[in-house]
Amino acid sequence: MSPERSDTAVRCTGLVKRYADVVAVNGLDLEVCRGECFGLLGPNGAGKTTTIEILEGLTEPDAGEVEILGTSWQRNGRDLRERLGISLQETQLNEKLTVGETVRLFRSFYRRGRDPEAVLTRLSLEEKRNARVGKLSGGQKQRLAVACALVGDPEVLFLDEPTTGLDPQSRLQLWQQIMDFRATGGTVLLTTHYMDEAERLCDRVAIVDHGQVIALGTPAELISSLHAANVIEFASEPEMDEASLRTLPGVTEPHRRGPNWSLPVGSLAETVPILLGLVERSGAKLVNLSTHRATLEDLFVSLTGRALRED
Amino acid sequence: MSEPQRYHPLFELTISRVKEFIREPEALFWVFFFPVLLAVALGLAFREKGPDKIPVGIVAASEADPVAAKTAAALASSPVLFPRRYSAAAGREGLRTGRISLLVEPGPPVVFRFDETRPDSRIARLEAGEALQRAAGRQDVVPVRAEKVTEKGARYIDFLIPGLLGMNLMGTGIWSLAFSVTSARNRRVLKRLVATPMRKSHYLLSQILGRLGFLIPELVILVGAGWLFFGVAVRGSLLLLTITSLLGTMTFCGLGLLIASRVSTIEGASGLANLVMLPMWLLSGVFFSSERFPDAVQPFVNALPLTALNQALRGIITEGRGLVAIAPQLAIVLAWGLVSFAVALKIFRWR
Repeated sequence: MSPERSDTAVRCTGLVKRYADVVAVNGLDLEVCRGECFGLLGPNGAGKTTTIEILEGLTEPDAGEVEILGTSWQRNGRDLRERLGISLQETQLNEKLTVGETVRLFRSFYRRGRDPEAVLTRLSLEEKRNARVGKLSGGQKQRLAVACALVGDPEVLFLDEPTTGLDPQSRLQLWQQIMDFRATGGTVLLTTHYMDEAERLCDRVAIVDHGQVIALGTPAELISSLHAANVIEFASEPEMDEASLRTLPGVTEPHRRGPNWSLPVGSLAETVPILLGLVERSGAKLVNLSTHRATLEDLFVSLTGRALRED
Repeated sequence: MSEPQRYHPLFELTISRVKEFIREPEALFWVFFFPVLLAVALGLAFREKGPDKIPVGIVAASEADPVAAKTAAALASSPVLFPRRYSAAAGREGLRTGRISLLVEPGPPVVFRFDETRPDSRIARLEAGEALQRAAGRQDVVPVRAEKVTEKGARYIDFLIPGLLGMNLMGTGIWSLAFSVTSARNRRVLKRLVATPMRKSHYLLSQILGRLGFLIPELVILVGAGWLFFGVAVRGSLLLLTITSLLGTMTFCGLGLLIASRVSTIEGASGLANLVMLPMWLLSGVFFSSERFPDAVQPFVNALPLTALNQALRGIITEGRGLVAIAPQLAIVLAWGLVSFAVALKIFRWR
């Protein structure tokens, strides 16, 4: 085994998947190193789920190569299943079974694995051991899905939108579990449309849109590629036009976010006073103004002109 | 990580399937209580009441016609005749419309009017002749004694219980597989399972084993209810009955699996299940003998798995037949099971 191969947990090249009327994945390349937490960030319909399900060996790609842990689904499918933990998008488990029975059932599928009780305890589900799956809250169900993924003691964890629809507390709990898994040497590949999730959890992030990777790097690298550490958002009455905003120092790409203008800038101290002067001189009234540190969301908006979550 | 226990996937899957089933009260009702209710309802509706009396008309000139009254009294002495007096016109009308089976015109000579193609009319004619001759003083030259026999095993309920058992094995086998597998696919549980190293054969096998776990209680309840309420006894071997039921269940599980092999909605699965079961409810001799169908369709009817299973069950329960006698039926049942499984496995969709 070459050193390079042993460092790579997941690799795919030229992945293509077409459905009847859409190209879900359009020539996607990816490489996930062992021991890292890698995020696929993109809006709904970007092809994240199709990509991760191809990598999980659940969907056949129309073209492209997939290599998992130095082997392929064709060569070593069954062996690979022993080494991966998978949580599907909105995983449905048998609602008539209890939490404890479900984890025990999943444990039975693996030759080696963890003690179901210990996994339940780690995911704070031990008190729900005898509760039916159908009676769990969204956060509990999602934790159970992760418990089922962890009980086989996997080398790589695939999580498709693990925290979608969860309350903030459940999200934090789940993030902690993912960070713990990575801290013990596990590799994580997750999809999300929450930029804060990608920033908090992921060592590296691939931003996906229309079935392709449009940006790749650590969250810090990606954000610094904006050449703007901060973002000013404001609205005025009447609205300012784009051309005059472009005259502001440090502003290169003003764009709309709902009723607001969003201006990525290098220095707030430099741009804000001049912006206020510009608004006042034009005779408009400022309705609101806020600033925040630039995020992956701002990068996505500047790359595609669209928001990650259209809601 | 510690591993205090060994877990066998087939065992765990089967236990899960059984738990899933017993936590579904509706399913328990359909498997255990519905067939008993059906047997009790049908058994009461078709209980043996003894033969009905045959209505016979006597032509009377008037209400007080003494000859007609004497004739009526003579006919009433027969246990099978129910005589009433009519005017000549009303009597002919009654005969024509079938309200009476025989019209007697007091003589001499006594005239019997009846339709010779009607068996009840012929019986009435013989009985009426006998009653009138005896009333007139005829003596029997040969002494006779009649002994009445009610043969258990010849009643409708005796026919019904094995048929209901067969129907129940078919219904629960097909439904339990078709519903459970389709809903697992529909809710993407199947997809989650194939994302583990679980053997697909273990999953399918556990579905069948889970179903077989309920066979013994089901048999005991239905056969027990038949015996308790109606005195329907199993004349053949209980072991053979169990083996035959087991084989039937596996075959219908195979059909259920075939039904569920590709559909992804419960509606689709129930449509297909009904399409498969409805013809057999009618054709396979559950409520009435399949021999009532024309000769031309008999080979088709006899080749249906439920017909074969019902014939085998009736052979064991009511006729006390052995393995050799029902072997052809068992072979048909087995063949259906094997073919269904083979095709289902071939075309099964896991996602």
